[in-house]
Amino acid sequence: MGTLPEPVERLLDAALVGELSVVNATGRPITYPLIPLYDGERIYLTSSVLFSRKLEHLKRDGRVALSLTDPVAVGGRTDRATIQGDARVIEEDPHGGWERLLPIWERKEPAIVAFLKARVALPLFFERSLIEITPRRALYWPDGQATTAPVVTEVGEAAA
Amino acid sequence: MNRSGSPIDVQQGLEKLAMYPHHVLTWVDEAGYPVSVAVVATVDADGGGATFGAPAGLSVPSDRDVSLTGSHIRPQPGYGYDERRHVTVWGRTSAAADGATRLRGFHAWGWDEAEVPFFEYSERSVGQSRRYFDALSAERGTPVKPRLAAGWLALRATRLPFLSATIVPVLIGIAIAATHGFFDPLTAVLTIIGASLVQLGLNVANDVFDASLGADDANVTPTQFSGGSRVIQYGLLSRGQMATLAIAFYLAAAAIGLVLLGLRGSTALLVIGVLGFIVSIGYTAPPLKLVYRGLGEIAVALGFGPLMLVGAYVVQSRGALAWEPFVASIPVALLVALILYVNEIPDRRGDARAGKRTLPVRLSPAAVIRGYEAAVVLAYASIVAGFGLGVLPLPALAVLLTIPLAREVRQGLRPNYDNPYGLMAVMGRNIKVHAYAGLLLLAAYAVVLVAQALAPSIDLFLG
Repeated sequence: MGTLPEPVERLLDAALVGELSVVNATGRPITYPLIPLYDGERIYLTSSVLFSRKLEHLKRDGRVALSLTDPVAVGGRTDRATIQGDARVIEEDPHGGWERLLPIWERKEPAIVAFLKARVALPLFFERSLIEITPRRALYWPDGQATTAPVVTEVGEAAA
Repeated sequence: MNRSGSPIDVQQGLEKLAMYPHHVLTWVDEAGYPVSVAVVATVDADGGGATFGAPAGLSVPSDRDVSLTGSHIRPQPGYGYDERRHVTVWGRTSAAADGATRLRGFHAWGWDEAEVPFFEYSERSVGQSRRYFDALSAERGTPVKPRLAAGWLALRATRLPFLSATIVPVLIGIAIAATHGFFDPLTAVLTIIGASLVQLGLNVANDVFDASLGADDANVTPTQFSGGSRVIQYGLLSRGQMATLAIAFYLAAAAIGLVLLGLRGSTALLVIGVLGFIVSIGYTAPPLKLVYRGLGEIAVALGFGPLMLVGAYVVQSRGALAWEPFVASIPVALLVALILYVNEIPDRRGDARAGKRTLPVRLSPAAVIRGYEAAVVLAYASIVAGFGLGVLPLPALAVLLTIPLAREVRQGLRPNYDNPYGLMAVMGRNIKVHAYAGLLLLAAYAVVLVAQALAPSIDLFLG
């Protein structure tokens, strides 16, 4: 059983892309489209060292939100969700540590395996850190419309 | 969108935002967490902002920065997705008419892979990866570097696949010598190894000096065939390590050269060897920096044409010179120079910034394409003339079979001139023109050898 409401988990499983929002040093939110990878408990995202500015923000302030809003990226579903949580950066082994998530990544982006085999062509793209999000709160819009208030779930409640 | 991936003009950002069917409104809540909600904003790019209905049950603050993001992908089942683009506009909100909320934009940022291809975007971000590893190294108190498996790293650092540029002319020189009755297997093998080491030294030294002189750093559109190995820029190897590697290759090549001189000594071989080293090192190294002066093509033509081919010949002939290897080296020289010439096209903007004044930097696109046509015509004409003059054998005309491939290269230059990644296929074909032409010339001499052995009465040369 997961820690998030079931419809949100289904969105996470379906989403090819979600929008990760982090907070920069001036308190401004910055949003990055990334592939969300969910293991049933925590949400993972990976970031190449090439595009690692977000990691700098995360190391300074781990409070994040991941939104799933694009019907095209979630297989046509029209419900929407935002998950707030605490993120930590896992970077013990940028070369290969992230590969443990490859099976989940491959389910969403099958081409990644072929790209990885051609690692020599773009070596820095495959030097990656993991972003691990522990969900705290989920906001869910069953009809996807901001004109209705979201169903808010504190994650502890869902897991209880 | 500008090409640097840096912040973009707010109006441009708003214009792009208007193209997305929905927008992600984000702010930081009282607890310090970002909150995102999907809205459909009405964008007024000329007015510098966007208006949207206030989301129910949530309070959008007016005292801090708020952003609107548009994000797009196109799913590709069985592959993943493509058509990646996103844009974010930041601003402050205020109440608008009819209970709506208005965001007045003051900052924007985004990326569209249709405008800045992913490879270029990645290349422009290499500095960020350096900052990442520097910070991680400082944090851990020990150097942390990107890695690549040793075999792949060696392949990348030395640009091993380009060795065909050496092996083809050397084998032709050895084959011509064999048709003249000269063949010594030991020195033939040593010649191939020694010449290959010179090219590997050249490849690595080229990266060292291009890194020192800023040419590879200035190039943000490297491809599989152009822009150097990038191992220094990517932090896979240091400049010092690459310099050591280049010196090792040159020293090994010099040692083999001395052995060859000892075994097959001749003044011609000594002169060719010394010239080869000068051209190889002087290609990018100061003070000659031949490629920086628009003389790269001449250096490459000389080095990978006559010097390699005639050099291999004189090793076998113990210094005896002949016209045939020299004439046979002309098409090889021209076609190998054209590899560099075409590969310099996608590099030309970065090269120009670094003061590397190659021919594509100096010449207009039309002139560069005319130059390609002229050199190709000259290469094939030299084969026909060589045969007509009785210097080259009849089977050498088989090289003309590569003309259609060369035509494809010429036809691909104009439409892809400003598209480095579109030019990759053209560069690949151009490399094949040289390789196939060289292999056909080599095969021609194999035919001559077979004919000499089986039917000595048949003369494959005119006159």
